[in-house]
Amino acid sequence: MAAPVKVYGPTLSTAVSRVLACLIEKDVDFQLIPINMSKGEHKKPDFIKMQPFGQVPAFQDESISLFESRAICRYICDKYADKGNKELYGTNPLAKASIDQWLEAEGQSFNPPSGALVFQLAFAPRMKIPQDEGLIKQNQEKLGKVLDVYERRLGESRFLAGDEFSLADLSHLPNTQYLVAGTDRGELFTSRKNVGRWWSEISSRESWKKVVQMQKSG
Amino acid sequence: MSTSTSLVIICLHEKEVDFELVPVDLFAGEQKQPHFLAKNPFGQVPVLEDGDLTLFESRAISAYIAEKFKETGYDLLRHQNLQEAALVKVWMEVESQQFHPAIAPIVYQFYVVPLKGVSPDQAIIDDNLEKLGKVLDIYEARLSSTKYLAGDFYSLADLHHLPYTCYLMKTTAASVINERPHVKAWWEDISSRPVSKKAAEGMTFGEKCTLKIKALLL
Repeated sequence: MAAPVKVYGPTLSTAVSRVLACLIEKDVDFQLIPINMSKGEHKKPDFIKMQPFGQVPAFQDESISLFESRAICRYICDKYADKGNKELYGTNPLAKASIDQWLEAEGQSFNPPSGALVFQLAFAPRMKIPQDEGLIKQNQEKLGKVLDVYERRLGESRFLAGDEFSLADLSHLPNTQYLVAGTDRGELFTSRKNVGRWWSEISSRESWKKVVQMQKSG
Repeated sequence: MSTSTSLVIICLHEKEVDFELVPVDLFAGEQKQPHFLAKNPFGQVPVLEDGDLTLFESRAISAYIAEKFKETGYDLLRHQNLQEAALVKVWMEVESQQFHPAIAPIVYQFYVVPLKGVSPDQAIIDDNLEKLGKVLDIYEARLSSTKYLAGDFYSLADLHHLPYTCYLMKTTAASVINERPHVKAWWEDISSRPVSKKAAEGMTFGEKCTLKIKALLL
């Protein structure tokens, strides 16, 4: 019986929660090792050895040590293809390509503006950092344009990459959770009919509910 | 030639895959026309057509090509070794999430902004050079222990750095690479591969960008 994989980081981190959601979808046993970022644990030499950029998460599967949440998720899906949700990364190359396409769209187009808004609206106040109204406005506009594309897409397709929930949809959960549940900008999502329907569906998956619960108790 | 299109072409050449390049006129705004938006709703280049598959996002396209043609040409993904393949995925995400956001605005200021009759914004260049420098410090440490990013083998992770760095090296910002001996040696190595050199010849900004690629099945 293989040892559980290890995930290093706080549950509140969007990137860490991305990996946790994937592990739960794939029914892969894991051990979460908390990293206290306010105490600078992510900048200590032992952590830097695992993650040279000093960011969370870091990940270990026996002798394999990885970082970058989307790379970790792809690895989990490839190695544990037969476990849990088998459709998560597609069961054929065409499905996988479509999922990769939307995972890239998330990483390149959705994440920068939504991540900036999460920082400004959810984290900066907690860290007592002054908010930048200019950046908030700019990123809200950018995110709106991306969500207009999503609105059209989700009118044609139940989920981003096709008719099945996939890693591409999953990757959007962490930032959107903060914006919808933790700030007053949730209407960016809920005012768009198809995006709102999609958000409701993906966020009510058992795997995501478990992650949110971990965040609340973590 | 757009950086993203060059990326895919380099990958196709390394995999020795035949393809047809279909021009799309960026300066005439062809990529925002309905017939193109039907292929990529984000209105960006390139788009790949392979039989019934239409794919956008250059990194998803290159990963698809490298996977589909894994048995031919150069082994870009290390698919036969789980550990090596995982590290390729990690450093592909590093390019996407750490390197690209810092280098793209610099290249934009040097090359795109002057096309609109505006002078490059030195503050944006300096700000991003500082960010890029910090990323490259980590690359310097990494490349002191391995010859390439994912290990002692050239991979898709290194390849993804070619187009933007090629443009950067023609500007005064090249010092950010040249000042770091291991990064410099790595750059000289990957850019002197025959495929890389051939692609560099085709990379001159301001031309009609070829955007739509049809991969012919072997």
